[in-house]
Amino acid sequence: MIGLEIHCQLTNLESKLFCSCKANYREFATNANVCPVCIGLPGTLPRLNQKAVEKAITIALALNCQTPKKIGFFRKNYFYPDLPKNFQITQLNLYGPTSIGEKGKISIENKDIRIRRIQLEEDPGRLIYEGASERTQITLVDYNRAGTPLVEIVTEPDFENPRQVRLFLSILSDLLENLGVSDPTLEGAMRADANVSVGNGPRVEVKNINSFYDLEKAIHFELTRQESLGSRDIPISQETRHWDDKRKITIASRSKEEDEDYRYILEGDIPWVVLDSQSVEKWKKNMPESISSKRERYVRDYGMPAQVADVLSSDKYYSDLFEQSHIKANAKEIANIITTDLMGLVDTREKREQSKLTPKHLSDLVELVSSGKVTRTSAKSALQEIVKTGKSVSEIVSQTGLGKISDKSDLGKIIDEVIKEEPVAVQQAKENPQTINYLVGKVMQKTKGKADPAITLKIFKDKISS
Amino acid sequence: MSLAVSANEYIENVKNGSISVEEFTAKTLEQISKHDSGLHAYLSINDNALDQARKIDKKIKAKEKVGAFYGMPISIKDNICIKGGKTTCASKMLQDFVAPYDATVVSKLKSQDAILIGKTNLDEFAMGVTTEFSAFGPSRNPWNQDYVPGGSSGGSAVSVSALECIASLGSDTGGSVRNPASFCSIVGLKPTYGLVSRYGLVSYANSIEQIGPLGRRVEDVALVLNHIAGKDQNDSTTVDRSNIDYLSGIDAGIKGKKIGIISEMSKGEGLDKNVENAFFKSVSAFEGLGAKIEETSLDLVKFTVAAYYVLTTAEAGSNLSRYDNLRYGYDLDLEGYEFKSYISKARRNFGPEVTRRMILGGFVPSAGFAGKYLLKALKVKSKLKKEIAKAFAKFDFLISPTVPILPFKFGEKMDDPLAMYLADINTITANLTGVPAISVPFEIHNGLPIGIQIHANTLQERELLQAAYALQSTTKLPGAPL
Repeated sequence: MIGLEIHCQLTNLESKLFCSCKANYREFATNANVCPVCIGLPGTLPRLNQKAVEKAITIALALNCQTPKKIGFFRKNYFYPDLPKNFQITQLNLYGPTSIGEKGKISIENKDIRIRRIQLEEDPGRLIYEGASERTQITLVDYNRAGTPLVEIVTEPDFENPRQVRLFLSILSDLLENLGVSDPTLEGAMRADANVSVGNGPRVEVKNINSFYDLEKAIHFELTRQESLGSRDIPISQETRHWDDKRKITIASRSKEEDEDYRYILEGDIPWVVLDSQSVEKWKKNMPESISSKRERYVRDYGMPAQVADVLSSDKYYSDLFEQSHIKANAKEIANIITTDLMGLVDTREKREQSKLTPKHLSDLVELVSSGKVTRTSAKSALQEIVKTGKSVSEIVSQTGLGKISDKSDLGKIIDEVIKEEPVAVQQAKENPQTINYLVGKVMQKTKGKADPAITLKIFKDKISS
Repeated sequence: MSLAVSANEYIENVKNGSISVEEFTAKTLEQISKHDSGLHAYLSINDNALDQARKIDKKIKAKEKVGAFYGMPISIKDNICIKGGKTTCASKMLQDFVAPYDATVVSKLKSQDAILIGKTNLDEFAMGVTTEFSAFGPSRNPWNQDYVPGGSSGGSAVSVSALECIASLGSDTGGSVRNPASFCSIVGLKPTYGLVSRYGLVSYANSIEQIGPLGRRVEDVALVLNHIAGKDQNDSTTVDRSNIDYLSGIDAGIKGKKIGIISEMSKGEGLDKNVENAFFKSVSAFEGLGAKIEETSLDLVKFTVAAYYVLTTAEAGSNLSRYDNLRYGYDLDLEGYEFKSYISKARRNFGPEVTRRMILGGFVPSAGFAGKYLLKALKVKSKLKKEIAKAFAKFDFLISPTVPILPFKFGEKMDDPLAMYLADINTITANLTGVPAISVPFEIHNGLPIGIQIHANTLQERELLQAAYALQSTTKLPGAPL
């Protein structure tokens, strides 16, 4: 059985959880995104970021959780150099439900994965290990990340295998992205610990897994390790193991972390946040449309093939583009262009950030394609240019001559050339009309895809049969 | 002009030109250099005080807008941060800590042209009732230097009492403003929890402590409160009361008001006979002012010392855990040391009382014991709150002696922490319930001061100060014999 603890940073927020330093700490020089509050200087007090509460509740609602009547924060006391105050401000349901949410679920392939609870907490700083060997190793601390809003999602041990874990994580990360709360592609934005056990065996916690890709590997390794111990009748101990990123194995931790006593106490510096049902209803109403609802709508309203609707809805970047560029009449064509021609051009985070493409580019381009002024092939190369330069569609068409050649006399000349150059193929076409496509392809080559294929075919047929 | 002026007299004299801010500041600094080597009220002095005074004089001369304090010297307990200067909390752990920011109360006083004349001594991290636990040596009571000045804001009380400033800011977690005010024969107010921002006050037990003003006159305390109270976005527990003027109508009197004597604090074995006598004289004084007095009971008071020490040590254990000899109190050599040996060094810079409370603080909220200690203490707190609310449904004020005993000599209770903890019994209730309470000097017995404590209901500071002012008007007490 497998259970997960997922940590997701609310990367789309402006500021940290308890101060006005930037939530996006990644672009700062070491220890440059800090203030007296987030490095816990004597006398400072936390100032709760209300937006973070709102976003976290949105996640809870999207995961079908129950939200409490009031939200409270607790201090988890433990010593670690990455923790400025030597306690972490987090949440706890020990004295009644006061964390952001509890008792939710997500469905994967007709199976429900239950969510035990969701809590909002501060991310610690980052430790950077330097030095060649164990003996001369030094550890540096960067507090830029300290205080970043983090949502912890804890599932029940409902997973049966690593494949279900992968499915769940992919659905979860699409969901978080779609909610506009987090960008899962940012390094360190999504981290996870896994609880793994075989049969009725003891629970082993695997920590330190820094990507979802490695999570599946770590679980697989841990299952295999435990099964192999079991098959040789070697007892499995209940313990915490760390994922070794380099060797791709789990190793037992030196300390008995499961014995740690966190001495939780209420964080009195943050007053209870009362959640009246009106605000919760309001947030529910303002939530972005869910992925499944989008998918259904695309199929129902625009007659999109299920596969196209699926790709489009589950990626927020694509669906945002689609929503902003389409009208009912061109929806299907825009969806086609996004899911076939655009996809390869903007498939990574960097490419998306650099892309100059706007929704208007897409609607303009589709208009030219539908009115027959530009071929699909030309549209694809126009897209390349747009993504790179952001030039308007009309500019690109006029500058690079991507406009479709449908003038019969212009095309006639080119076709005559091809007939001259390809006597064998012409002969074949006369005997077997299906091979005429080869000749059309030659015309396309010569015109760099700009020839109107329908007109070209007609002229060919006329010329060859005459 | 004498240094023994009220805040208002000082301001009027500066306004009408009979003394300049520079002259008064210089006189105050002179007083400090003359007496403070013995009294040890201050841990550090503001080197720029005279410059600041001259600047304010210039503003006055140029008829520019001047802040409400007109350069009045105010001292600040050394657990409240002033930007650029040391905030030591009287601890070796923070002996070199320089805050890069101003506490909210500090920036408020600065913006009203107060001169923050120096940082005052305290028990280390405000834990104690004598200032004997200061890592830099105790302060002495100006009434008799063999005696403790009370604590933990002992330095603040001494500085006010010894005319080394006009007013002071202390902090009160279990009586730390009122206790030394009582021992040094001055006025000390613990405001309602949330009335004054704690941003910049180094936390000890953050859920119950408040910054509070000390002064020689009730109206001086009211003036300071006027300028430090109110909502602060940096302290989420603050409440908005910005439209209240605590000075206006301060002389309204208490005719017809109902006053309850808290019997658990005003009777019994632990109460010094002389304190008891003084207290019953104050009861007559209140009656003479037209108040109706009745005895009442707060049954839970007997559990408050236990609850207080459980609660405060649990919070201290968390609040002070950041002082780990790595980030503060740094004493590593370049070689470094093995991780496990670090554990034994981690708290080395703490003194004995802080160490004692940190150990307790690690224990009372720990797994298996939280239910027996911390949760029970929290229960006492919430029940006591209900109990006092019930009492305030009937009474306008609740009174008691501020401290059940007279000031005592140095070392007298040092070896008996329990006896020392009992000195808090009358002051703790206001902290656990959040209500405001004030100590008013009432009598000098054989050269030792006795103060009377008045509680009012939550956010009733205006009424509380009226009652304190009325009681003050019935007394005529000498100043400290320097």
